[in-house]
Amino acid sequence: MKPAPFDYRAVGSPQEAVSALAERPGEARVLAGGQSLVLEMNYRRERPKLLVDINGISELERIEEEGGVLWVGALVRHRDFEEPVSADPLGRLLSRVSRYIGHPPIRTRGTMAGSLAYAHPVAEWPAVAVALDAGIELLGPDGPRAVSAGDFFLRPFATACRPGEMITGVRLPLLGENSGVGFAEQRRTQASFALVAAVATLTVEDGTITAARIGLAGVAGRPIRAREAEEYLLGSPLSAEAFAEAGRRAVRETDPLPEPHAGVAYRRHAVGVLAGRALEQAAADLEGRA
Amino acid sequence: MKIELEVNGKKRELNIEPRRTLADALREDLGLTGTHLGCEHGVCGACTVILDGKAVRSCLMFAAQCGGREVRTVESLAADDGTPHPLQAAFVAEHGLQCGFCTPGFLMLVTAALEGDPDIVEDEERLRELLTSNLCRCTGYEGIRRAVVRAAGDMKAFS
Ligand SMILES: Cc1cc2nc3c(=O)[nH]c(=O)nc-3n(C[C@H](O)[C@H](O)[C@H](O)COP(=O)(O)OP(=O)(O)OC[C@H]3O[C@@H](n4cnc5c(N)ncnc54)[C@H](O)[C@@H]3O)c2cc1C
Ligand code: FES
Ligand code: FES
Repeated sequence: MKPAPFDYRAVGSPQEAVSALAERPGEARVLAGGQSLVLEMNYRRERPKLLVDINGISELERIEEEGGVLWVGALVRHRDFEEPVSADPLGRLLSRVSRYIGHPPIRTRGTMAGSLAYAHPVAEWPAVAVALDAGIELLGPDGPRAVSAGDFFLRPFATACRPGEMITGVRLPLLGENSGVGFAEQRRTQASFALVAAVATLTVEDGTITAARIGLAGVAGRPIRAREAEEYLLGSPLSAEAFAEAGRRAVRETDPLPEPHAGVAYRRHAVGVLAGRALEQAAADLEGRA
Repeated sequence: MKIELEVNGKKRELNIEPRRTLADALREDLGLTGTHLGCEHGVCGACTVILDGKAVRSCLMFAAQCGGREVRTVESLAADDGTPHPLQAAFVAEHGLQCGFCTPGFLMLVTAALEGDPDIVEDEERLRELLTSNLCRCTGYEGIRRAVVRAAGDMKAFS
């Protein structure tokens, strides 16, 4: 199908974008990569009256590392992460995950911030953002504010970004050298969204796990952190048994919504296995084997 | 709204509604019907064109976003006298097409990839990943894969 009519405005700065959004309260949308918005408009599930095209805001194309944080501007595309953007293990995690998103032409245009704003319940970047406690920077008519990823995702396709606000950047914490990263997901075809996905990071000192992060997608109305499983791993050595047990504990923290391609029982089972695999990958990554 | 862009090396002016996708502008306003539309939601890749050197889905962009930019479509590949581009010749030689509906999209996807990095054919996994971008319901992809490998060799020999 073809989109319903709308007005189009290309803007050159975040402030200009916010002023444009304010002209049509609730009826304007930010256009970033367009790899979700334009298809929603082609289906006419979205009928914005005004599109605010932010692709010309070059300051939002930047990636910066400062004070233990990687700042990713709202126009950084999925593809920009394929080569690690940081020497920190975080660079490896983003690189690994980016290759699961759609395929090369989609990754050429789609953005990390757009993926967070879209909030597909099984998208990869929201799971990473929640696992890492990312900070999501918003700009609106009342100025800037930041929301942590744990509070940002509300329900499928619903976030804390209010009409009239835009995401300007995402702050991701660096993990530190003695950390390993892993990612595993289950999908039906190469080009489809995943059914379930798991992100894991492990930090180790003297052979003992001192920090663990597990982010899960597709097992609730929004991406979640498996906190009980993370806690269980603290103080443990890197062992296959510990990872399998953490996977089983992660299952208890899930509450999948029914979905036609994968039932609740299947997804609970799958996420336990995937969390275990992501942890094993993180351990292998730490030991330089991955 | 009015925009000016370069299509296949020529400056073109368009007077379009903002809701005109790049695919529809190429097909309906410029008569370049080589770009095909299958799904109109980014999945099939039949609409793939090259925008400023990169392969993109023309069904997921608006023409309004392309002012001042360079677009290349399948019509740009063959020489003026009709001689097929080495990639087109390789598709014929290797049975890289049957019905041909997907072919323009694959040709543009692969052209951009080979221009960006001809060595992609040396890496089986990367080539496979690239070819999963688009759907072909006829060939089973193997003919397409062979065609790309052959074309990469031919294009190197030419240059
Ligand atoms: C064939 C196909 C396969 C795909 N597979 C996957 C996949 O496996 N995994 C996955 O995660 N995604 C997948 N996607 C979606 C893709 O990742 C999109 O790029 C992403 O969901 C949205 O990013 P975008 O930049 O394209 O945003 P857009 O499409 O431009 O926008 C999406 C929504 O977010 C809003 N928005 C965008 N940027 C901002 C901002 N800065 N501030 C406020 N609001 C904003 C828009 O208004 C809109 O509501 C796929 C898409 C296609 C077409
Ligand atoms: S028509 Fe554009 S991807 Fe199918
Ligand atoms: S040749 Fe028929 S779809 Fe590819």
